[in-house]
Amino acid sequence: MSLITTLARLEAIRAGRAQPAATVRHRHLSERPLVLVPLTTAGEAGAPLGALVGRDRDAPRLLVVPQPRDRDLRSVFLAELADIVLPYLESFADDVELVEGKEADPETGRQVTVERELCADAPQLIVPSRAGVDLVRLLGRSTRFRRTAEQDPETAYPAPPRVPLLGRWFTHFGERSRVPGASLLLAMTDLLSRHWATGQSSLEDQHLGALLAWIDPPGADGPTGAEAALRAELGRDAEGQLLCPPAGPATDPAFDNRLLAPAIERYDRARSALAAAEDGVAADALLANLSAAEREIGELVRSRTLPTWESVWRGLDLLRELPEAAHVPDRWKGDRWSFTAHRDRVASGEPPQPRIDDAVTAAQKLARREKEQAKLDAQEALDDPLVLAARRLGGEAFVGEVVDVTMTYTESKRPSPRPLITVRTEDRPHLGEKAKVHRSLDGKPQTAQFVGAEEEDGGEDPGGGPLLVVLRIVDRMGRGREPALGSVPEKGDRVCFTLFEHEPRGGPKLPDPENTPWTHGGPPTDPSPLPAADPVTEEDLL
Amino acid sequence: MITSVGAADAAFDPGAAAARVTERILRDTMSGAHRGVVVDSPPGAGKSTLVVRAALELADAGRPLMVVAQTNAQVDDLVLRLHEKRPDLPVGRLHSSDADAFDRALEGLDNVLLSDKAPALAGLPVVISTAAKWGHVKPSDAHWEQAIVDEAYQMRSDALLTVAGLFDRALFVGDPGQLDPFSVVGAEQWAGLSYDPSASAVTTLLAHNPGLPQHRLPVSWRLPASAAPLVSDAFYPYTPFRAGTGSDDRRLSFGVPSDGSGPDRVIDEAAVSGWGLLELPPRLTPRTDPEAVRAVAAVVRRLLDRGGAAVSERSPDPVPLTADRVAVGTAHRDQAAAVRAALAELGVRDVVVDTANRLQGREYDVTVVLHPLSGRPDATAFHLETGRLCVLASRHRHACIVVCRAGVADLLDDHPSTEPVRLGVTVKFPDGWEANHAVLSHLSEHRVPHRP
Repeated sequence: MSLITTLARLEAIRAGRAQPAATVRHRHLSERPLVLVPLTTAGEAGAPLGALVGRDRDAPRLLVVPQPRDRDLRSVFLAELADIVLPYLESFADDVELVEGKEADPETGRQVTVERELCADAPQLIVPSRAGVDLVRLLGRSTRFRRTAEQDPETAYPAPPRVPLLGRWFTHFGERSRVPGASLLLAMTDLLSRHWATGQSSLEDQHLGALLAWIDPPGADGPTGAEAALRAELGRDAEGQLLCPPAGPATDPAFDNRLLAPAIERYDRARSALAAAEDGVAADALLANLSAAEREIGELVRSRTLPTWESVWRGLDLLRELPEAAHVPDRWKGDRWSFTAHRDRVASGEPPQPRIDDAVTAAQKLARREKEQAKLDAQEALDDPLVLAARRLGGEAFVGEVVDVTMTYTESKRPSPRPLITVRTEDRPHLGEKAKVHRSLDGKPQTAQFVGAEEEDGGEDPGGGPLLVVLRIVDRMGRGREPALGSVPEKGDRVCFTLFEHEPRGGPKLPDPENTPWTHGGPPTDPSPLPAADPVTEEDLL
Repeated sequence: MITSVGAADAAFDPGAAAARVTERILRDTMSGAHRGVVVDSPPGAGKSTLVVRAALELADAGRPLMVVAQTNAQVDDLVLRLHEKRPDLPVGRLHSSDADAFDRALEGLDNVLLSDKAPALAGLPVVISTAAKWGHVKPSDAHWEQAIVDEAYQMRSDALLTVAGLFDRALFVGDPGQLDPFSVVGAEQWAGLSYDPSASAVTTLLAHNPGLPQHRLPVSWRLPASAAPLVSDAFYPYTPFRAGTGSDDRRLSFGVPSDGSGPDRVIDEAAVSGWGLLELPPRLTPRTDPEAVRAVAAVVRRLLDRGGAAVSERSPDPVPLTADRVAVGTAHRDQAAAVRAALAELGVRDVVVDTANRLQGREYDVTVVLHPLSGRPDATAFHLETGRLCVLASRHRHACIVVCRAGVADLLDDHPSTEPVRLGVTVKFPDGWEANHAVLSHLSEHRVPHRP
């Protein structure tokens, strides 16, 4: 945690409410996001209990699995979810713009210009918390390989028609969310804690209710953020139920034990009774019983998801009050490419994403994410003085006034300009010998080399006074002997240089998977063999 | 293949033991029977010497060789060593197209060819470059029968993936106890896969080729007799090594007597025992704890002022302890910067101050270390990492002085390792928690309390 974050958290404690950690919004927010508030059942990984889902804040769709252990009911739930999510995704698929790009011609190998489709906008899925993102990934993993009756008439338990497709999209969203700065699938707690610093630990920040209590306490005379957060976390009513149900997908054990379990029990009994009904008249009454039991569970699920649903939309309101950061559209374009590419893979009939990445794919993903992380860190600092302040405090950037410009030239036949500029700064950058520094010039990075630094004379406080930093600008000054107009700062200009690159380069090209070297096990076999199941032991059958 | 090094083995001849292992390594490498040979080398065990020797033998046998190192400094150093040893051997230094891509000292050396294009160097007996630069060479443009991969434990698996297509077989050399490679983004999703791209190159190599011969250099020539047992026990508990020198071979003395201050007393303690702990009163501090930083600077200043002289097996006469023989190690870059600023205020300029990551592979007479856990309220995985402490505690030929706030033992007890155990991932021993305790308990025997 940087010193400035620590400070912000301390200030939050003193003020009784969260302090800004950003002055602009660093993530793209769609105008029509799809919000998903899922709940799961305790005791079985990824067994959905229900969800509130939809695009309309006032009209969420409630999906319920009245008996979560029943695989058929789970299938119905997934089919219903697919019927909401897939039309939403597909509504973005057809509105495209054409973008020119370079591509190697498969026959000649030469770079040729091609026109490619890029979706004009992309869908955005918002879940309450990071655990919700994990659930999306898990649902993707558990459904993308399912077979429908149409694909395989012999399959014993066919999946509803669109469920495997939902799994592929969920998998794609889940993977994309691991790319730093990507915004196809976002957790509200991550979004809020990126933009506000609370007076609690980052672990506690993952509780959406407590986090919002800090950011948006109930009123001027009401409790402080700390008190409201504590109430959100621990407050219980007379029946022992949490006043602010957890954002899920896990539910509160007190809710499970006292409310949910008896309701499911009643549902089970009603179902057995209906199955055992002997005549139509009796069955009608029993069916009514069953519906009532089902409705009861539905109301329980709604009561636990609706507060979270409201919180997510409240969070969106708060975030929308912040102006969008300058580089956000650029990163969102990456998300649009990602969405377009997966749309194309689905349309061309490619198989679902493999169970595990091969060596080359894994290395590629890691390299891409490291590059995106560096890019995100740089762009956030360039977009936001508050983020830049943390980097300045860490010695990774400095801001100051140009106090001198001296023209020098390279000693070649065609001399190029190498102006020396002196920057007076109060910051303490960690400049090593010949270190490169960068500044943004019309949105493009300009590089300078560190020449030397000394403290300004007359400083009363040794070691704390202003620093005079001499830099040699080395690029982006045009081709001529004299630098292009505006490409060199003038005396009196306020400049900001960073020690980190603005547009980090990618790493070396990786081999094609079929050329995976011997050190990494050679080319992948297709399909990758499934690991043998663990032998069943006595402990497995307790 | 594993050389037993019992402590009670009085007749142990370190030179002979190391020579035997080196012979076996070269035999396995030259025979060509295995695609890979792995050599584990504890700190200062002559890894670079081995690399140079293997390179020369391969060159003599007429087998063109590519050498993969991790940093430009390591590459330049290797080129210089090779050139020093065999000035008539043509050596290629493949470098990037950036300005200042290589040490200017290489320019003008006979038989050292510099180029940023691999095909221009193909055909030379030895071509050396960084993994990052080799990654840009296309296998269709150049190919080698044999490679040497230096610092292979610090190379990431994905970096090996980009270069492994360039060679048929390779000698992998490195120190398993130093810092593992890391990634700035999460890589948990690949944890447990044999080719986890964030794992070390050797981990991936051995997972796919379990039958490769593995050797271990048994003797540390750098670490003094006072340090080798501790470093070996704390960081290499199942693969012990020992010092190449005896306790009488190295001596550190100071011409100027102690003024009785904390820094002077800890210097005297370290001169005698090889270790010193300057303990500041317990306190929770920011990372750049001003008092601890000033204490580090004061120790360095006094080390240089007191006319230190080091006697070692290298020369019969005492060698003055100058600024270039002293280094300061920290965990974080801002700490290093703070120490540099504090040293500048005391007029000290030429002492290397760097993080553990950047001190890897370097060697000094005396090191001053700001303990990674000093003044912290918590012990995170970063600060507990075994390799970080190992690097900091194994850079010295004579003495190591640690500056630390009191209370680290309690901090460790409050923060047992909580990293999740992942299926398929080989658990590394010892964990940082245990290694930290081992080092701390040894240091506490050389403790000098200091109230700034």
